[in-house]
Amino acid sequence: MADEFILETQGLTKEFAGFLAVRDVNLKIRRGSIHALIGPNGAGKTTCFNLLTKFLQPTAGRIVYKGRDITSMAPADVARLGLVRSFQISAVFPHLTALENVRVALQRQHGASFDFWRSKSVLDRFNPRAKELLEDVGLSEFADTQAVEMPYGRKRALEIATTLALDPEMMLLDEPMAGMGHEDIDKIAALIKRISAKYTILMVEHNLNVVANLSDVITVLTRGKVLAEGVYADLTKDERVKEAYLGAGHG
Amino acid sequence: MSVITDNSTPASSGRGIRDEMVAFVIMAALLATVPFTGIYPFFVMQALCFALFACAFNLLIGYGGLLSFGHAMFLGTAGYFTAHALKVWGVSPEIGIVVGTAGACALSVVTGWISIRRQGIYFAMITLALSQLVFFVYLQTPFTHGEDGIQGIPQGMLFGLFDLSKPTTLYYVILVAFLLAFLLIFRAINSPFGEVLKAIRENEPRAVSLGYKADQYKLMAFILSGTLSGFAGSLKVFVAQNASLTDVHWTMSGEIVLMALIGGLGTVFGPVVGAFIIVAMQQYLAGFGQWVTVIQGAIFVICVLTFRRGIVGEIAALFKRSL
Repeated sequence: MADEFILETQGLTKEFAGFLAVRDVNLKIRRGSIHALIGPNGAGKTTCFNLLTKFLQPTAGRIVYKGRDITSMAPADVARLGLVRSFQISAVFPHLTALENVRVALQRQHGASFDFWRSKSVLDRFNPRAKELLEDVGLSEFADTQAVEMPYGRKRALEIATTLALDPEMMLLDEPMAGMGHEDIDKIAALIKRISAKYTILMVEHNLNVVANLSDVITVLTRGKVLAEGVYADLTKDERVKEAYLGAGHG
Repeated sequence: MSVITDNSTPASSGRGIRDEMVAFVIMAALLATVPFTGIYPFFVMQALCFALFACAFNLLIGYGGLLSFGHAMFLGTAGYFTAHALKVWGVSPEIGIVVGTAGACALSVVTGWISIRRQGIYFAMITLALSQLVFFVYLQTPFTHGEDGIQGIPQGMLFGLFDLSKPTTLYYVILVAFLLAFLLIFRAINSPFGEVLKAIRENEPRAVSLGYKADQYKLMAFILSGTLSGFAGSLKVFVAQNASLTDVHWTMSGEIVLMALIGGLGTVFGPVVGAFIIVAMQQYLAGFGQWVTVIQGAIFVICVLTFRRGIVGEIAALFKRSL
């Protein structure tokens, strides 16, 4: 079973001062799939996401990644196992160039990160690989641009390149399309589709078109609970899902 | 963390490093000529010790994004240890320096381990609290001689070759030590470690998500900074020939923040410029007595209001250079 599902949760629950943000969520993410987590505002998607990447500690339940219990692991250790996340607010290092952004990720795997007595020119050996990764996401011409000066959509692409530099097995994308224009959405969607050939992807996304086009499986969350799970076509027929999205109180 | 974020450092390209090397050679050359100019060498030596202290402090805030408000404890601890070793144990100068610097290093391991778990104002307050604790320990323990301090410290022969009681010899020894430590800091900033440290300063959650254990890097920066501050404290003993409570007092921690800020946080040369300005003010405005503190306060306010990048930071931004 560990082979078929790369990530599983059992009875995942998170309580904030009496408020159950996530309750008894059981997820099974199939290896190699694009799995989307959707739901109205406040459904607990981001909380769920932060639990999976260990940025939050669950109140109850278990998280199993590649057959290994990661429930009480530190976030940096989870990342080292190949489970890497992105952030809702674009997560780049603003005053490093695009190349340096990617290089920081490459550097982690190859050691020397505590060497304060060596020149950083030893990092130049990562440049070819970093350039390759930038090219993969269409950022070649931005290599020497500081991340802070790049357009928003390009920052997201840079973030993905940085994540790919870690050679992860599974990527967790937190609203990869948030705040993007149409053109950028298409580009990033195509990019996600392309990289999904090699990686398992779990994403939280508001844009239902994107979800419909990209995902293999969709889990709908409301009020911290799993409401439904399946492919997009089935879910659109589900009355409960319609109600959750359109019903009173959710707008 | 946010203190330095508007300090947009130019991309650390090859050109940036070349600019800095040119500036370094100019600085070294200027300082080397001091004994021939008639400038009071004692003043310059003292300024060099503070400059090194400020550079070490800047390593932590300017590149690690951590504002320590207790750095005097490293300066003072190393000073007391070196002074005690020289005077009571009668060791040679090089051993005295090692003893003092090692003492500061050990202290930074412990205090760093405690304080790096918190950020921002909490980090500053914990470091302040720890340094106050250290202050009161030194006030009470007999070896520091409390309010009197350790006086009349013999300077001795460095490596058995250099007579440190000769002002010119002492000057060049202090200068070389300063330049070497400065280069070490410069190297640390531009090392693989420095890159990770900058990444953590820029976006800590992201660095963690890439698998970096941020606390370990911050601790490393803290230890480096504390140890080098200690090195400055050990050198200062040979210049001042005493070790007193002034160097562990919280006002010293505040002064070093001021020096780094005036010169420019997160710039390589800023702390040196800031240290010279503050030490010069204390030296040449001494006639104003207590008013020096008021003048310093006014400069601090002007600096924060009008040139937030500090002197070197503003100049670097003006010429789009990295200094």
